[in-house]
Amino acid sequence: MDLTPTDSQRMLRESVARYVAENYDSEGRRKAAQEPQGFSAQHWRNFAELGWLGLAFSEEDGGFGGGPVDIGIVMEEFGRGAVAEPFLSTVLLGGGAIATCGSAAQKRDFLPQIVQGDLHLSFAHYEKDPRHGLDAIAAEARREQDGWHLRGRKVAVLDAAAAGIHVVSARIAGAGDDAVALFLVPRNARGLTLRDAPRMGGGRIADLVLDDVVLPYDARLGEDDNALPAIARIIDGALTAMSAEAVGLMSALVDTTIEFTKTRKQFGRALAANQVIRHRLVDMYIACDEARSTALRAALYSGESSNDVVRAMAASGAKCKVGTSARKIAEEAVQLHGAMGVTDELDVGLYFKRLLAFETMLGSGDHHLRRHAALMRQSASV
Amino acid sequence: MELEFNAEELAFRDEIRAFIADNFKPETRRAQKLTPSFQSDPDVVVPWQKALHARGWVAPGWPKDAGGPGWNAAQRFIFEAECARVGTPAMSPMGVRMVGPLLIRYGSQEQKDFYLPRILSGEDLWCQGYSEPGSGSDLASLRTKAERKGDHYVVNGTKIWTTHAHFANRMFALVRTSDGARQQDGISFLLIDMKTPGITIRPIRTMGGDHEVNQVFFDDVHVPAANLVGEEGQGWTYGKYLLEFERGGGVVSPKLRQALRNICEVAESEVTDHAIAHPEIAMKISEISLDLDALEFAELRVLSALQSGQNPGAVSSSLKLRASEIHQAITRIGVEVIGQSALIEEPMRPLYALNHESLLPEAFLTLVPRHLNGRANTIFGGSSEIQREIIAKQVLGV
Repeated sequence: MDLTPTDSQRMLRESVARYVAENYDSEGRRKAAQEPQGFSAQHWRNFAELGWLGLAFSEEDGGFGGGPVDIGIVMEEFGRGAVAEPFLSTVLLGGGAIATCGSAAQKRDFLPQIVQGDLHLSFAHYEKDPRHGLDAIAAEARREQDGWHLRGRKVAVLDAAAAGIHVVSARIAGAGDDAVALFLVPRNARGLTLRDAPRMGGGRIADLVLDDVVLPYDARLGEDDNALPAIARIIDGALTAMSAEAVGLMSALVDTTIEFTKTRKQFGRALAANQVIRHRLVDMYIACDEARSTALRAALYSGESSNDVVRAMAASGAKCKVGTSARKIAEEAVQLHGAMGVTDELDVGLYFKRLLAFETMLGSGDHHLRRHAALMRQSASV
Repeated sequence: MELEFNAEELAFRDEIRAFIADNFKPETRRAQKLTPSFQSDPDVVVPWQKALHARGWVAPGWPKDAGGPGWNAAQRFIFEAECARVGTPAMSPMGVRMVGPLLIRYGSQEQKDFYLPRILSGEDLWCQGYSEPGSGSDLASLRTKAERKGDHYVVNGTKIWTTHAHFANRMFALVRTSDGARQQDGISFLLIDMKTPGITIRPIRTMGGDHEVNQVFFDDVHVPAANLVGEEGQGWTYGKYLLEFERGGGVVSPKLRQALRNICEVAESEVTDHAIAHPEIAMKISEISLDLDALEFAELRVLSALQSGQNPGAVSSSLKLRASEIHQAITRIGVEVIGQSALIEEPMRPLYALNHESLLPEAFLTLVPRHLNGRANTIFGGSSEIQREIIAKQVLGV
């Protein structure tokens, strides 16, 4: 056991931090947000060249074999700069689905394209809010003479506008209650409608309607008739990575707020000269540090060696605990910036929205606290 | 970064487990389980300390040449976790965690040679003379005076909240040897034999019903000048260094984890009609457990970064701040789990010597006293407000 970062982890952090510091500012982010896809294609190409898009995939899949801790490092530094490029949607969710469930041929066909930056994916699973549970889906796939026929409706699909392929979950008709599979649906498939909108805090979000979309037999990811446990693992991995990203967002807000309260003067002295302000800054700092410990813990517990319950408890626990820190820090940052904190002129508002988006995505903190409590009792592990 | 224990660490864990199985007596285990105060009576601690001492394991945080076992971060954590799992009593911290590290850093060779072995063996039991009735958070305003007369200091004044003064044979104290420009100047660090004539002790009972703290009075108490640590007038620097060890640098999370486990056990049991089946209880326990996960990782991060014997610095303040709050949350959920049984008082002390049938089931006996005593957690060792000031100044630079 050793919790000090390795040399390569230190170098990875430095290189992402440098790129983000040099390339992301208010103006750049605003310009990228105006792009139809919600991000900068140039940045994405650079990510590919720097090797970051291959971190999540093993070497035999064409990636660079990084672990959850390395992904956390990248996500945290992305968070500091409020990076909007769809690393989560394409690499972790969509790419994660292919890496987890795909056949050898599917991995060979698609993963290298992701690593090279040539392919974007979306992950279309939810049909209701996540609080209804992972199995609250009604979309249906029916195997017929000419292939799979998909019908259904998916909501809150992240960054679907940019996706060349949507990874869509559906129940397999006539194969039993638990039979759920994932399908690869090309963006131009007939019968697929996409309604897209900007997403709070950056990126895009869409609803998908599948009205008798016909797919070849090999569009199904893998052979497993019950993909729900795999979907849970993919989402737990995403929760863990998002928690690290939230830590980056929070640490940027804490730094900005300290700086602001040191320079802003009222009643003839700096705001931070008041004890009531200082103690709130300390509580923000501690909340951020707790979130960092929690995200790191979730990453370390999401490795291969952990069992499913431990991994799920760590991921849900992180969503809840980091979410609590996120709300506290975001709300205090706006409050301590005063009226300027509420405007769209400072980045504080953008970071606030990104943290609110984090809290909202893939299930609320309370939802994950319930899941944690249920798993804790089930496994009798406090 | 690696979370898993390697083969060597697993072997170390087995060694500790075997040691505990051979040396931790069931009667000590029961007595410790029924101790609601922070520190256990010497009767409970001494047998366990003797067993540890025979192996050189009393002071895991000390450097090897001072009598520590020379363990690395993982070993220290494993040791604490294994001890917490079975509920061994903690060594009195005033010796091992406070004056010990202070003497290692600032004591003379004679002082080290004399005092350190006696701390490890348990021959000496220390108490801490810091707070005074007029000097709590504003510790540097202390007024207990030590006047140099020949080869002695003559001490007059009073100290308060002195844990285990009624058991201790020695006290380390901050005393005023002169008045300087700043109140921090002119403070010195003295080692006092508690049997010296002129010392009287008044017990103070806490709201949990325990006698743990005292007020100590000094009336012309003659202390040999050789008992001064370091230089006269530099006591504030030493005293602050010691506080870093009092607050952090130990490993607290395994003990808190065990405390939460014990409460979960009560909440799962028939005696509470399975209190944990109620979502409001289960979710609160989960929330505390998540706070604890974060604290545990913060401790591991700090432990991994520190060499043994090194002072933890300002991070000790954030660890203390959170550990004390989590401790209180755990004791609070303990009260909630037993519902209206919390209204029943059992005034007998020590609880492990209870000689009548209590109206409370044994598993409930300590829960309310622990919660009541636990309110002191965010006050002693520098209140949470003082910790925030330290973090603001030293970490945030505001």
